[in-house]
Amino acid sequence: MIKATINKIEVEVTEGTTILEAAKKLHLNIPTLCQHPDLTPEGSCGICAVEVEGFPALKRACMTPLEQGWKVNTNTARVRNARKEIVELILSDHDTDCLTCIKNGKCELQNLAAALGIRTFEYPQAGKKKEIDTSSLAIIRDPNKCILCGRCIQVCSKIQTVNALTLSQRGYDTVITTVFGEGMGNSACVNCGQCTVYCPVGALYEKSQVEEVWEALNNPDQHVVVQEAPAIRAMLGEEFGMEPGSLVAGKMHAALRRLKFDAVFDTNFTADLTILEEGTEVVERIKAGKNLPVITSCSPGWIKFMETFYPDLRDYVSTAKSPQQMFGPLSKTYYAELKGISPEKVVSVSIMPCTAKKFEAQRPEMKASGYQDVDYVLTTRELARMLKEAGIDLKEMPDEPADDPLGEYTGAATIFGATGGVMEAALRSAYFLVTGRELENIDILPVRGMAGIKEAEVDVDGLKLKVAVAHGLGNARKLLDKVSDQLTKEGKSEYHFIEIMACPGGCVGGGGQPWGSDMARRARRGETLYEEDKSLPLRRSHENPSVKAIYEKYLGHPYSDKSHHLLHTHYYKRSTLDGKVLLEE
Amino acid sequence: MAVENQCCCTQTNEAELYPELEKIIAEHQGKPEDLIMVLHKAQNLFGYLPRKVQEMVAEGLGVSLNEVYGVITFYAFFSTVPKGRHSVKVCLGTACYVRGGQRVIEKIKKELSLKVGGTTEDRRYSLDVVRCIGACGLSPAILVNDDVYGRVKITKLAEILERYE
Repeated sequence: MIKATINKIEVEVTEGTTILEAAKKLHLNIPTLCQHPDLTPEGSCGICAVEVEGFPALKRACMTPLEQGWKVNTNTARVRNARKEIVELILSDHDTDCLTCIKNGKCELQNLAAALGIRTFEYPQAGKKKEIDTSSLAIIRDPNKCILCGRCIQVCSKIQTVNALTLSQRGYDTVITTVFGEGMGNSACVNCGQCTVYCPVGALYEKSQVEEVWEALNNPDQHVVVQEAPAIRAMLGEEFGMEPGSLVAGKMHAALRRLKFDAVFDTNFTADLTILEEGTEVVERIKAGKNLPVITSCSPGWIKFMETFYPDLRDYVSTAKSPQQMFGPLSKTYYAELKGISPEKVVSVSIMPCTAKKFEAQRPEMKASGYQDVDYVLTTRELARMLKEAGIDLKEMPDEPADDPLGEYTGAATIFGATGGVMEAALRSAYFLVTGRELENIDILPVRGMAGIKEAEVDVDGLKLKVAVAHGLGNARKLLDKVSDQLTKEGKSEYHFIEIMACPGGCVGGGGQPWGSDMARRARRGETLYEEDKSLPLRRSHENPSVKAIYEKYLGHPYSDKSHHLLHTHYYKRSTLDGKVLLEE
Repeated sequence: MAVENQCCCTQTNEAELYPELEKIIAEHQGKPEDLIMVLHKAQNLFGYLPRKVQEMVAEGLGVSLNEVYGVITFYAFFSTVPKGRHSVKVCLGTACYVRGGQRVIEKIKKELSLKVGGTTEDRRYSLDVVRCIGACGLSPAILVNDDVYGRVKITKLAEILERYE
């Protein structure tokens, strides 16, 4: 144990504890900017400077382990001046149009400037305008706001292993950019949006479609329908000051109705449908012993990652579309027919915890209905902005159900939003599809939780299914390298079924989640979804009455020709250099 | 990079250099830690580091293209544009700076109408700044290829440059 004092208060911590962590134990906040609890400290900003008696230079609290007998001062004139100086220098090269910035009110630099009492611009504004990168369908990068903290690079290269962003040039000219400065839309970026989650300022954010949705809602000739991903109900409340992990499914439906959507459906319905399509595929492929393991296909960040870095695994990925992309064509075919509306009048909007869903909706092959299946995709943050603009306080909403026929859902659908959820939901139904009996204990605990890679063996009537779950693309890479290796060397893999989600934590940790989150909060949201699952009367996808009805009335049976046309897709091979589709040789 | 395609003769030469580059990369296959060494050798071979070379190095060593790009843009030594036949390097170390190195640069820029880091249209010269070449006693100093010129007078610059065809 290390004994030391911070601001003359004694503190005892284990060896290796940083000054920052030790100060937290004393409820003493040392300001930080580049540091984030989920990331490895790099000490690039210097805001956390503290004085240690006997050392001439200030030390960075985020990366200096406390040592025996140290006397640390976090609040001397010298420390305060140093911090102010750093913020003033950052501001001299930062676009300070805070009132019109996307991060207004949620910016860590703005909060810091307020906390440190910055009242004047000490240095003249450099005022050199750099070009805003709008080349991506999902993410905008504004280098004029960038403070070069490096969080985005760390999450992109170390956690996601995509390596789309890099530091370039040197000294004052240093910029964070993509390779050859050609823009995120021309890079290997998979649109996961984790960079937008970790950016402390307004330098990285989603490409908004809020204006398009307002326009559609105001157009009396259009019939605007909306779907919300499972994870939204576990995170939207945070935007309205509710406790992290508050379940707001009912309030969310009510709020969307007040925004004047013509029909408020739920992606959870198509999540149940996905299980029937994907589950049938899993069962068929296991029976035939062909192309195993089956790998899930719900996460569009993962899909682009697979197309770019693991194109040889394309035949192993389920052909089932993601729940968003199953909903799109059904809203313009099945629903439009039932309702007697011309499909061209239907505008299909989705609310996603995700930035990659924007890219997915605009993939050229996603036109099974004859129109772009999903017209607009909004992140959780964008929906919160719309609700606030419309003066709708989510907290005060009543609980309302989603509309029929695309709104009913089971507990199996709601856990799609957490890592391991798709696997668990699929196993609940696969057991039924294989044996004709119901799985008794449907809580499959080994696939739950925040461990990066989870494995389990499930006994289906004597057949031992080996399954694995990975979330975060770095973890996915580890698992897939192992699988690829087994396939090359042994001709088969030990696994039957694998779930992969691009974002750490699954969709509850998506690139479209509320700003200011960390891993603990992602885990909390996941628990919320498992609680909702437990509270629902039906917890197996194949029990969903609306799913049964759509098969009876419209699709026939899972994997039917009609299902195939509307609900299944195919994948491409992409260049690791620019992410563009490569023509097959 | 339009410059790459300007001169058809260098294009032909460049194509001939790729097998050589493949040999260099093969020696360092799968060794990310050798990145700077390989880039150094590649630049000696090509005179600069065109995109294709960067891509081949990234793939061969098992590093991301982004990391290669980051390293190349960080170090002034590496260039992504073709260099001239003669390299003019002006020292801006402390001594040379104090004794007029900046004026030497301005004069050369004007004389050859090019920027620091640039190459003349006829590819005769390229101009770079270096920080101290260890000739502080001779400041201000310039380096043309491997020849050092000390106590450089602005009026004599044109004459020095003329010696290099």
